[in-house]
Amino acid sequence: MSAQTSVGRPGAMSRLFARWETVLVIALVGLIVLGTRLSPFFLTPGNFANLTAALMEVAIMALPMTLIIVAGEIDLSVESMAGLASSILGFLWAAGVPLTIGIPLVLLVGALGGLLNGLLVARARLPSLVVTLGTLALFRGMALIVLGPRGVSDFPAGFTQLGFGRVPGTAVPWSVVVFLTLAVVLGIVLHGTWIGRQIYAVGKNSGAARFSGVMVGRLKVALFVLTGLIAALAGIILTSRLSSARADAGQGMTLTVVTVALLGGVNIFGGSGTIRASSWRSSLSP
Amino acid sequence: MIVERARVRGQWLSAVARQRELSLVAIMLVLGGLVSLAAPQFLTLANLTQVAVLASIIAVAAVGEAIVIITRNVDLSVEATMGLVAYSVARILELHALDGPAAIALGLGIGLALGMINGVIVGVLRVPAIVATLGTLSVFRGVDYLIAGSHQVPLAALPKGFTDAARDSLIGIPIFVAVAITAVAVGMIVLRWTRFGRQVYAVGSNPDAAAILGIPSRLVVFAAFSICGLLAGVAGVMWVMEFGTINGTSASGVVLAVVAAVVVGGVNIFGGSGTLAGAALGALFLGFIANALILVGLSQFWLQAIYGAVILIAVSADAFILRRLQRAAMERRIR
Repeated sequence: MSAQTSVGRPGAMSRLFARWETVLVIALVGLIVLGTRLSPFFLTPGNFANLTAALMEVAIMALPMTLIIVAGEIDLSVESMAGLASSILGFLWAAGVPLTIGIPLVLLVGALGGLLNGLLVARARLPSLVVTLGTLALFRGMALIVLGPRGVSDFPAGFTQLGFGRVPGTAVPWSVVVFLTLAVVLGIVLHGTWIGRQIYAVGKNSGAARFSGVMVGRLKVALFVLTGLIAALAGIILTSRLSSARADAGQGMTLTVVTVALLGGVNIFGGSGTIRASSWRSSLSP
Repeated sequence: MIVERARVRGQWLSAVARQRELSLVAIMLVLGGLVSLAAPQFLTLANLTQVAVLASIIAVAAVGEAIVIITRNVDLSVEATMGLVAYSVARILELHALDGPAAIALGLGIGLALGMINGVIVGVLRVPAIVATLGTLSVFRGVDYLIAGSHQVPLAALPKGFTDAARDSLIGIPIFVAVAITAVAVGMIVLRWTRFGRQVYAVGSNPDAAAILGIPSRLVVFAAFSICGLLAGVAGVMWVMEFGTINGTSASGVVLAVVAAVVVGGVNIFGGSGTLAGAALGALFLGFIANALILVGLSQFWLQAIYGAVILIAVSADAFILRRLQRAAMERRIR
């Protein structure tokens, strides 16, 4: 809240009902009521668990996307990075590499892909829309090269628990736990730390931020690395939920991810938005 | 003085853009030579014609996209417009509701109408273009799904002769290529020699200055999106003629190629500079690469990765050249 009030529009934001998050919560409650009336199976724990599990990959990718957009950039390549992650994970597993090595490797690939995006945007100073349009094709192409048209689906039961299983004794899928953890951590970073202040500052006016001592380039590179890393994580979760690794995993997800971040009230031109709203918005997707 | 400086910069930018078109042609010639060594069938008239015909569809859409991007906006909904137009035209023809020319006119009308919807949302209501057209991309495609359902119009259902335009020539030039050249020529004349054309560049290169000069930027942006929709409609009709078999997902994912063609063609993604010939050449270049990769025997899977790499290399090279020229211009001014 402090983040928003100091960034502008102080009067309107201090009133609860003027908050975009509140609107989203009301819309969500309305949707649940409507769903319950339309179908007796809507408000069952089983259905809810399936619904939430099915949208967690998008929700997880929308979190770093929010930070990137607040900083005034965009990353269209996340869906392809998720596909590349799935592809490499499947390839390594099929080649006999244990998952304890495969998963960290895949996350590393995600961070490296993000680093490529970040360096092209921050160091070569190219527009992120074009760069990530290029890596959208590049990463998907690499995924196709690695795995080809085949699917790998003989993953151990322990792995498929990540996307499919529930926390023992509850109806909460494990992926929701991952999402909530990330949401809380990134929310604290964005709204409660100097890093978050710098992200807003860069998005509002990157020239002014630079003259105020913000390492704009380094911050943007870090954000892209984070986005690549989390996109790879989402790819792993997707692979686990479908218990199948495919090169076309996640195709078309970027649109939903960006829409989720934008409907969460993030300004596409940077400088405003909150993690909380983006998180709430994810739950409206079904 | 601001205007003067803007004009100096404009000259530099147009010089770079011109050089960009030349460099694209040069790269294509060199690549063509190399590829024909590995695959002799590349440099045959039949193959080159096929490449040009396929690239013409993307080129027509890219011309419209380029006009929108020059105004410092972007239209991500072109592929959905193409898809909706393609399905509507094919379905109408299948039902024998209209004859060929009337169906084409209807398709162009739908394209124009969808472009005007974008134009109102972005130009008049001032919603950021990327958000607005991301939305209309979903809406237009959704309408397409809704109308089409799981139905697919087969090639055989189209009237005899309708798809001939994709293969026929007019005084030696394939009709599709002639359409693309006409779109580029008319567009360039309008952008270069008419008041509206200069306003398109003015709005894109400095919106505030354009407003101070009294340029009706809302109207200019609205017109740019309308033209883009109309040309997407043309591309949608061409899609029907080329592929014949049309369903609700036709032309999915094409926006990547369209925007890539515009950017590779040297149009500045932040608006204000670039030419339509560049955008069309960009489309030809990408079609050229795709064809060469297949003929050299690289698997289909490599195509997309190389596609992405080409976009990245093209924009990096563009930025590099631009910065060097700007530095040179700056030094000259200091002296």
